[in-house]
Amino acid sequence: MSRLAEVLASGGQVFTAEFPVIDGPNMAKVERAANRLRPWFDAVNATDNPAATAHTSNVATAIAMQMHGLEPVLQIVCRDKNRLAIEADLSGAALHGIENVVMLTGDDVTAGDEPETRRVFDVDGPIAVRIARTLRSGTYLSGRPLSPAPSFLIGAVENPAAPPLEYRVQRVAKKIEAGAQFLQLQICYHPDRLEQFMAGVVAAGYDIPILPTIVLVKSARPLQFMHDKVPGIDIPQGTIDRVANASDPAEAAYQLVLEQARHALSLPGVRGLHITDFRNDDTLERLMTDVGREPRYQ
Amino acid sequence: MGVGVRLEHLVKGAVWDCRMCGTCVLHSTGMTCPMTCPKTLRNGPCGGVRENGHCEVVPEMRCVWTKAYERTQQLPMPRVWREEYNDLRPPVDNRLKGTSSWANLFSGRDKQVPAGWKADT
Repeated sequence: MSRLAEVLASGGQVFTAEFPVIDGPNMAKVERAANRLRPWFDAVNATDNPAATAHTSNVATAIAMQMHGLEPVLQIVCRDKNRLAIEADLSGAALHGIENVVMLTGDDVTAGDEPETRRVFDVDGPIAVRIARTLRSGTYLSGRPLSPAPSFLIGAVENPAAPPLEYRVQRVAKKIEAGAQFLQLQICYHPDRLEQFMAGVVAAGYDIPILPTIVLVKSARPLQFMHDKVPGIDIPQGTIDRVANASDPAEAAYQLVLEQARHALSLPGVRGLHITDFRNDDTLERLMTDVGREPRYQ
Repeated sequence: MGVGVRLEHLVKGAVWDCRMCGTCVLHSTGMTCPMTCPKTLRNGPCGGVRENGHCEVVPEMRCVWTKAYERTQQLPMPRVWREEYNDLRPPVDNRLKGTSSWANLFSGRDKQVPAGWKADT
């Protein structure tokens, strides 16, 4: 059982994070990032060509993270891989003792810097979740056995703020049915929507740990970028202006993040947070301290 | 291409922009073809739906699954079809592309899933 699975099973608060992208033979960056993130997080996502841009592969990054004492969550996206490649990623991860996986549909190729690429989407996020569960039961999708069966902890993602809002809660049920054991949410800049989503999940009695995402930014520019360029993220103009027009935008951006983190943690059904750090300054430690998170791992 | 396939493509292509996947699920998607989603998603809207309910990939197009959701709520149809909207649909059998979904429905071929799909319950 992975450490993340143990913490989830214990009922305690769970913090995960996004590992920065790696490009080329830069193990020094892996080491720096691992040292920075290790104390605070139960596990950290090794991303799979995030924002539809090519980087060091998800499995290679996850192995490198393990080498530096960080427990990985292997992210697998359906955009670049057909079902055979997804199964190969899962089997390869299992070979290296990687047990946490998170399966998602992924941004389209048009969101990235090689928009002329052929998109794959042979399967979608919920099917990918079920594929991971199928491998865990000891067979590939074909029914051919793989032995020993991997011990996966399977995650999925959901966007609580994208239309159709009233249907997003039902998607949680679908992902649980597919085999999801925890959910990481897309960053949500509409607190009311996150509240409604979580209230819906709790009211429906869906028993799954949920980790809303919080993104550490330093100014209004990345907020405007996310609003304009990242599919499924809408940031109210007032929120962007609040940072842009502040006398100290970096501090205003931090206060916004802290507010989001505290709000998310106050909601019934929320088990912790998933952190993406675009600041790379001392505010990660500050945020952890301000939300009452102690350093846990050496 | 057989007569049946031509007829099906003629009717469903004109009315629903059918892509002849061979495993039709129109009844459970408010008569909205999921294969017209640029990502060909079979299990509902992705997280990239725009604020106005339009597609992440084709901004001028309404999200196929948002449309399907609304139609499922609004169109007169048997309740069982409406309830199937959120069903977990298996991966598409790409060998059936270009074949008649009517024939596949009749023969039960469209219900065949990979052996591992249901092995884990």
